[in-house]
Amino acid sequence: MANSNAEYIQHHLQNLTFGKIDGTWRIAETTQEALDMGFWAIHLDTMAMSLLMGFVFLFIFRKIAKRANSGVPTGMQGFVEVTVEFVQNMVRDTFYGRSPLIAPLALTIFMWILLMNSLKWIPVDVIPSIAAAIGIPSFKYVPTADPNATFGMSIGVFMLIIFYSFKVKGVGGFSKELAFTPFNHWSLIPVNLVLEILGLLTKPFSLALRLFGNMYAGEVVFILIALLPFWIQWSLYGPWAIFHILVIPLQAFIFMVLSIVYLSAAHESH
Amino acid sequence: MAINMTLIGQLIAFAIFTWFCMKFVWPPITNAMDARQKKIAEGLDAAGRAERDLKLAQEKAAEMLRETKQAAAEIIEKANKTGNDIVEEARQHARNEGERLIAGAKAEIDLEVNRIKEDLRKQVSVLAVAGAEKILGATVDAKAHNKLVEQLAAEL
Repeated sequence: MANSNAEYIQHHLQNLTFGKIDGTWRIAETTQEALDMGFWAIHLDTMAMSLLMGFVFLFIFRKIAKRANSGVPTGMQGFVEVTVEFVQNMVRDTFYGRSPLIAPLALTIFMWILLMNSLKWIPVDVIPSIAAAIGIPSFKYVPTADPNATFGMSIGVFMLIIFYSFKVKGVGGFSKELAFTPFNHWSLIPVNLVLEILGLLTKPFSLALRLFGNMYAGEVVFILIALLPFWIQWSLYGPWAIFHILVIPLQAFIFMVLSIVYLSAAHESH
Repeated sequence: MAINMTLIGQLIAFAIFTWFCMKFVWPPITNAMDARQKKIAEGLDAAGRAERDLKLAQEKAAEMLRETKQAAAEIIEKANKTGNDIVEEARQHARNEGERLIAGAKAEIDLEVNRIKEDLRKQVSVLAVAGAEKILGATVDAKAHNKLVEQLAAEL
């Protein structure tokens, strides 16, 4: 029983990996095979679900954007405008520079993560069961519980931080900031460099790991609840799902706000 | 759970989504919202102005009403006064006319009385002359004694 439980959990946490093994490109059958594929493999489930959620977001928002007018907003337009205004206010309060990219970036981060996170409300066995029925060995359907997705986004934000740091402060200014803060003395340049570069590199890691950790842990708890006898599951599943009404938007919100804060810091020249 | 090419796929997807959002989603929505905000601000402004105008108009109407009432009151007062004046004048006129008539009648009466008196005097003087003739048995020359008779008549 213990073994089958471990297998059950393992199976639910296994991504559908497509990669090269033993000289052929195919879908990994076991966890070990997926690991053996190394870096040149791709998680089909993460890609599919995240792209789907991205398209859902852009489809809805684009549809509203096309017929946006200054009249009385109705239905979906109201929801979209509330979201846009919320992000706009957030950016206005946090980000003091002027950039046409930051606000749409923040909206994309927020809505995309929100949609990907909200896949967690689907009971853990529904999608893997359907996948199994059509011959797919495993399907982990919450992209944000896959570090590849969260790191993909946080590295994107990190690249923008570096880009804007160089653009706003210049190569000299940015190097000077790295070398002379927090201790403004030439003899402490190595210490400063270590501290600043560590601080810089911490940003994408904290962003990605916070989101991944929350979603992964939540997922594990959902799977553990699913291991209980069916007649008691509701007593734990209910509260945990309700709790995620808080967790899911909160994580999306934190990722968005921290991205804005980091990019705002990149725009500030000393 | 391993980090693999998915990371790069996600990075590309993220970049494309953000680009699309920046290009085709964000500007139309925020433009529409800004336009609406402007429209609402203008509407509120116009409403405020209209309210102010209404208040002014009401004040003006009240002022006009008050003025009109006052003018009407003045006219009525004037009319009353004029009416009274006319009545008074008519009364005065009537009184004067009456007095004039009375005076006329009195003068006429006096005239008549005087005339009758004169007449009587003349008759008395004639009578007196006749009486004196009878008493004297002679004719009193009216011409000769005219002066006397006249005197007598005046004394009566």
